[in-house]
Amino acid sequence: MDALLTEGGTVLAAFWMTVRLTAVSALGSLVLGTLLTAMRVAPLGSLRAAATAYVTVARNTPLTLVLLFTGLGLGANLGLELSDDIATNNFWLAVIGLTAYTSAFVCEALRSGLNTVPVGQAEAARSLGLGFVRTLALITLPQAFRAVVAPLGSILIALTKNTTIALVVGVAEASVRMRELVETYGDQVIEIFLGFAAGFVLLCLPMGLAFGWLSKRMAVTR
Amino acid sequence: MTYANLYEVAGPRGVRRNRVLTGVVALVLLALAYVVYVRFEEKEQWAAAKWAPLLRADVWATFILPGLAGTLAAAVAGVVLAGIFGLVFATARLSEHAWVRVPAAVVVEFFRSVPLLLLIFFAFFGSYALIGVNVSAFAAVVFGLTLYNGSVIAEIVRAGVLSLPRGQREAAYAVGMRKGQVMRLVLLPQALKTMLPALISQFVVLLKDSALGLIVGYDELVDRGLNGIAANFSNVIPAAILIAAIFIVINMALDRLAHRLSRPGTRRPAKPALAV
Repeated sequence: MDALLTEGGTVLAAFWMTVRLTAVSALGSLVLGTLLTAMRVAPLGSLRAAATAYVTVARNTPLTLVLLFTGLGLGANLGLELSDDIATNNFWLAVIGLTAYTSAFVCEALRSGLNTVPVGQAEAARSLGLGFVRTLALITLPQAFRAVVAPLGSILIALTKNTTIALVVGVAEASVRMRELVETYGDQVIEIFLGFAAGFVLLCLPMGLAFGWLSKRMAVTR
Repeated sequence: MTYANLYEVAGPRGVRRNRVLTGVVALVLLALAYVVYVRFEEKEQWAAAKWAPLLRADVWATFILPGLAGTLAAAVAGVVLAGIFGLVFATARLSEHAWVRVPAAVVVEFFRSVPLLLLIFFAFFGSYALIGVNVSAFAAVVFGLTLYNGSVIAEIVRAGVLSLPRGQREAAYAVGMRKGQVMRLVLLPQALKTMLPALISQFVVLLKDSALGLIVGYDELVDRGLNGIAANFSNVIPAAILIAAIFIVINMALDRLAHRLSRPGTRRPAKPALAV
C-alpha cells in the first residue's frame, strides 16, 4: 500500500482529471447526441443523411484512433489551439475526441427511446398544430429521454472508463499515473492495480445505482 | 424505421419549402466540409504525395496488411478466449450453489467495471514483478480483451438464459436430463441463438478495443498506420482516414451480419435429413 499512500496526492489529482474529463465530455455528448437524434428524424433528407453518416463513422472507429486523430491530426498537424497552456489544450482535445465518439452512442440510445413513444403522442401533438421542432422538443424527446435513462447511464459508465484512453493525447489521468507507479514500484503491482481499479469501481458503482434508481423513477407508466 | 409521424405529410408549399431547406442544409454542410478541406489544404494533407503512398503495394505489404493481421490476431484470440470465459462465468453465475454463484458474480462485476487499459497495463508492466517473465504486448492485450469482454459476454449469455421460457428447463428435467445436460444441451444453445446479435455487437467492441494495443507497443493496424505510415510520409490525416475506413468496413459488415441474424423469418430452412 506504501506506493499508493506516498503518491496519494498525484493519484487523487489523476482521478480528479478523470472526473473532469468525464463530466465535460458527458455534457458535450448529451448536447451533440440530442442534436444528432433530432437531425436523424428530421423531415429534411440532407440532415438525416448527414447525421446517419456521422453516427456510422463515429461508432465504428476505435476510440484510440479517434483520440489520436484529434491529438495528432487536429492538434499537432492542423495546429488547433484551444489554449496556450499545453495541458489545457490537450484536455480540450481529449474532450473533443471523447465527445465526438460518445455522442454517436447517445444518439443511438435516444433514437431507440423515440421508438418507445406511442405514435398517438406525436399524432396528438400534430393535431394541436405543433410543427416538427415543437413536437420533437416538447412531446416526444422528453418521453424518449425518460425511457433511456438506464442506457444513458451505461454510456456514462463506459465514458468514464474510456477517459483512460485520453493518455494518447497526453492528458495526465488515472491510467498514466498507474503506468508510472507500476513502473516505479514494481514490488507493489497488485496493490497499485487494485487501488486504481477500486477508484473506478467507486466512480462507476454510484453512477450505476443512481441511474438504476432514476430510470425506475422516470419510467413512463403506460 | 421511419419517423414520418413526427411531422405532417407536406403539401405542395411544404414540399417546395422542404426542397429549399434541404438545399440550404446541404450547402451549409458543404461549406463546413470546405472549411475542413481548406484547413487540410493549408497543411498540404491533400497533396498527391501524401495520398499516393496509400496506394502503393509495398506500403500495404509493409504496414497495412501486417497491421491488419496483428489486429485480427488479437481480436480472434480475444473472441475465442472471451467466449470461453463468458460461457464458464455465465454458467457459474446461474449455478444453484451460492459458493459458485457469488464468487463468479464478484469476478464478472469487477472486470466489467475496470477500464480495459488498466487491465492491459497490469499484465504488461506488472507481469515481471508478478511471475518473473515479461509477457508480450500481444499476451497483455489478449489478457485484457478476454477478461473485460468475457465478463460482458457472461452477462449477455446469462440474460439470454434467463429470458428463455421456464418450460424449457422444466421439460428438460422432465425427460431426465442432469443439470449439466440441461444447461449444455437445452438452455445455452437457445440463449446463444437469441443473443447472437448482442454477441456480435460485443465482438465489434472487442475488435475496436484491440487498437489499445498500440499503447503498449503491440503491432496492430492503428499503430502501423499512424506511427508507421505517417512517420515515413508525414501524412497523418490521410493515413488516419484510411485506417478508420478499414475499421468501418469490417465493423459494418459485422453489424449487417448481426442485423441479418436478428431478423426473424429469414433463417434458411433446415436441411432435410439425408435419406439413408
